[in-house]
Amino acid sequence: MKNDKKIEHHLSEDLLMRYSNGTLCEAFSLAVATHISMCDDCRAALESYEAVGGALLDTTDPEEMGDESFESVMALIESQPVQTEQVSEVVASDVPSALSDYIGGSLQDVKWRPIGLGVKQSLLKTSGNSTARLLYIPAGTAVPHHSHNGNELTLVLKGAFEDEVARFGPGDVEMADEDLDHQPVAVEGEDCICLAVTDAPLKFQTFIHKLVQPFLKI
Amino acid sequence: MLRLFDDIENPYSPSAKSSASLAEQVVGMGPKILEENNSQNWEQLLVLVSETNDRIAFRRLFNHFAPRIKSFLMKAGADQTMAEECSQEAMATVWNKAKLFDPNRASASTWIFTIARNKRIDAIRKVRRPEPDELTWPDEIEPAQEEALELKQQSEILADAIKNLPEKQRQLVEKAFFKELSHSEIALETGLPLGTIKSRIRLALERLRHAMG
Repeated sequence: MKNDKKIEHHLSEDLLMRYSNGTLCEAFSLAVATHISMCDDCRAALESYEAVGGALLDTTDPEEMGDESFESVMALIESQPVQTEQVSEVVASDVPSALSDYIGGSLQDVKWRPIGLGVKQSLLKTSGNSTARLLYIPAGTAVPHHSHNGNELTLVLKGAFEDEVARFGPGDVEMADEDLDHQPVAVEGEDCICLAVTDAPLKFQTFIHKLVQPFLKI
Repeated sequence: MLRLFDDIENPYSPSAKSSASLAEQVVGMGPKILEENNSQNWEQLLVLVSETNDRIAFRRLFNHFAPRIKSFLMKAGADQTMAEECSQEAMATVWNKAKLFDPNRASASTWIFTIARNKRIDAIRKVRRPEPDELTWPDEIEPAQEEALELKQQSEILADAIKNLPEKQRQLVEKAFFKELSHSEIALETGLPLGTIKSRIRLALERLRHAMG
């Protein structure tokens, strides 16, 4: 799924790095995978982090494998049924498959629960301490005041919202922490649907992303 | 090193019993593939596995990557037993998914890293990892040869830059990437003062930037 309009607000380097090394929790991974499905820039950035992982794997000190280890792998391969070409069933959806897996189809299939002033939400089931939810904000409406004591990531799926920071359209990501006091308002003309992910108090590390910045221009 | 591994390490040595028949299996790949530790051939070996289920090619990939996947998993927090088991499973996945490897999209080590990373998530962290939609090329559009070549060159420059870091810096970068450590945790682990670590990382970054031009 690609956008016609240019995505202006991207994933943080830190999120991309942690998604690439497998340390990001499920809820944030969901947002990252959904955004990357919409954004070639971030897909390229992710692939360069994976290249760093590959280069590090290539150069790391090896740990000796056990006796008969290779034979065990061959036995494992032979014990597995021959894989036939799997054509996974593609469910038609207006959102990337990473997200449609969680909502069981399209945005129109979402079971919304009102949370006040016309705003609705739908919690998505993810493991861990972070929470993923869809927010439905009618055009021209402000999100009821909410506080987050950790990080909050908001990814616009449809429509757009504005806050003190900027305007965010489809595919755009806003990262907020506890210091940001903002009140997003859905812009007039179209109702806005977002994927919002919040974490338990958890500090992202931020230094490693600088490592790969030189490679992001690849 | 076990005797067993000596044989495995060098399947093409004159002393290897069935070397003639083995060499026949890779006929057409040229002599380069027979050289030991020629990391530029991992992609070709993967393609051999994919196209002809070549066990000798797979064994060479195993000899290089399995101990490194094990090392990665142990650095990510797995114990010896689990790391051994998971790296075996990861190598089985390499065999099973070799057909999906596209040398135009990634180097062999990058592709294998993503398999090891997914194994870490499934088996050790036991969480689900949503995946981005696959980018699919329309059948008639083949990625340009020079793009593949450029990708390969960039990957090699990156790998060389990391290889050529002073050992302490390389280890630090590796810790930060493999283990999810913060600055202060690295300081605790290495016993190094924080300021030294920061400047080492900065130095490492500058070297990498320089190497990448």
